[in-house]
Amino acid sequence: MHYALCLMLFMVGLYGVMVKRNLIKIIISLIIMESAVNVFIVMVGYRKDGIAPIMNKAMEAETFVRSSVDPLPQALVLTAIVIGLGVTAMTVAIAMRLYERYGTYDIKEIRKLKG
Amino acid sequence: MQIIPLFVAIPLGAAFFIPMVGRKNPRLCDMLTNITTLALFLMALSVIGKETSVYWMGGWIPRLGVPLGINLVLDGMSVFMLVTISLISFLVTVYSIQYMDKFTSKARFYSLFLLMVAGMNGVALTGDLFNLYVFLEIASIASYALVAFGCEHEELEASFKYLVLGSVASTLILFGIAITYAMTGSLNMAQVSTIIGGDLKAIHLFAIALFISGFGLKAALVPFHAWLPDAHPSAPAPISAMLSGVLIKTIGIYAMARVMMNVIGLTPLISYIMMVLGTISMVVGVLLCMGQDDIKRFLAYSSISQVGYVVLGIGLGTRLGIAAALFHLINHAVFKSLLFLNSGAVEYSTGTRDLNKMGGLKEKLPVTGTTSLIGSMSIAGIPPFSGFWSKLFIIMACVQAERYGFAAWAAGVSVLTLAAFMRLQRRAFFGEPKEAYAAAGKVPGSMKVSMVGLAILCVVMGLLWLPQVQHAFLIPAARVLQEGLDYASYVLGM
Repeated sequence: MHYALCLMLFMVGLYGVMVKRNLIKIIISLIIMESAVNVFIVMVGYRKDGIAPIMNKAMEAETFVRSSVDPLPQALVLTAIVIGLGVTAMTVAIAMRLYERYGTYDIKEIRKLKG
Repeated sequence: MQIIPLFVAIPLGAAFFIPMVGRKNPRLCDMLTNITTLALFLMALSVIGKETSVYWMGGWIPRLGVPLGINLVLDGMSVFMLVTISLISFLVTVYSIQYMDKFTSKARFYSLFLLMVAGMNGVALTGDLFNLYVFLEIASIASYALVAFGCEHEELEASFKYLVLGSVASTLILFGIAITYAMTGSLNMAQVSTIIGGDLKAIHLFAIALFISGFGLKAALVPFHAWLPDAHPSAPAPISAMLSGVLIKTIGIYAMARVMMNVIGLTPLISYIMMVLGTISMVVGVLLCMGQDDIKRFLAYSSISQVGYVVLGIGLGTRLGIAAALFHLINHAVFKSLLFLNSGAVEYSTGTRDLNKMGGLKEKLPVTGTTSLIGSMSIAGIPPFSGFWSKLFIIMACVQAERYGFAAWAAGVSVLTLAAFMRLQRRAFFGEPKEAYAAAGKVPGSMKVSMVGLAILCVVMGLLWLPQVQHAFLIPAARVLQEGLDYASYVLGM
């Protein structure tokens, strides 16, 4: 169920990228897609009533393995967010330059290249 | 001293260092960049024929056969990619010395260039799925910025298009990696391949679909090719050469082949999908390339077509097919970079890329004209140039695998390529002089050196198929892909 919602969010983003005509809306759709994948990665490591994946001396290794959430997806999602930020910054920078040149955010009017 | 991490560390360090020292002194930048790329090339040559070795980052060696950290794997296939990347990047940096003088901030150009090389080397070496994604993004982000480097209308528009489709591709790949992790609980390619073990369930097919569309977008295979004919021509010529020559191959084809064959395992279904995608790209690419008036746009469409050959050969899955495909991959890297550098030289001296305005340029630009003719003959598959041999062996591999239909398509496309490139030669370098002829100025020396070097390679690369050379270079690479899931056994040392 949760995974289906995640896929739906992903599809919303994909729809936006393909259909929207405004640069800013396309960028927002890209961010939605990224977030959908990030949410999915976090959910992969989720465990009901899980504890933080920090092991202290008082804890048995076995209880730790049984009850802690998976720490790896959390590390991955941090990296993915940072990469996503880099890409978004790049996109926004190019969109700003495009606005300087063309004076519009409408991709129908930004057409010097023929397909 | 381990050599493996240096393939990533040296260009990454240089990319950081060069803008710091070189802002005031562009000549120092030229020198440092060329030394870096030359060093990488020599390092790549030095590892040819070595045993497979694995480097565990941070000293996290596997315990009880279970990998703990990220690993870099130097096997036949990685060596092959490293040699291709570093060869082209070295010749391209030689070319850039004088070509890039017309742009400001050369230091930033070199910095982004080396960042892209670091990303590609990382993709070629890594043995971890998430690490693959990270390096792929490093290479991609650098290439988005390089396409927009001129900051003019067309460049920005092309870069935005490329960026949006590129990020969609990256997101699809990341989604595929997340699903793989959810199914197997591991990100190490070797361990994932032992857990999946060729036993595919419905959810794996979903991940495979995501991977194929993601890497297909990066490699610009035909249903996903819309960005390439805009992005590659808009970049400065050395970057067009890098993008068409190695980038789409490393982060598209190599990554796809590695994931499909070494991690998931080549099934008849995947093999068929790859062959069909390859054939469609081949045919559509060459047909679209016929009608182009812009010389770089023409070359970009023909890249789509040639990349189709490589995917077709790899998709066959036989030893001959894969070896021939890799042979074509390195040949295409050489002659397509040469042709893009030629188009850059023409643009540099005449100021136009429009084929309608060219004609008779061979008299004014003898070096460019001759090298371009050699490149065109090589890509069109005229013996004894390298392109002839690799196409011949791909067609032979199709016949050997009893895929006669695909063999016929490959042969037909080769004829069309010949027609298209002869027409290009006639319009640009032979025939009646037009307005660009009068405007043509001299081509600087460093650009000539690089073009002549690549033209010589076009002639001698055919020798790679000689038995002794083949066994040192192409066959180890092909073996890695062909042996598929055995990859795990030598990476994890089991």
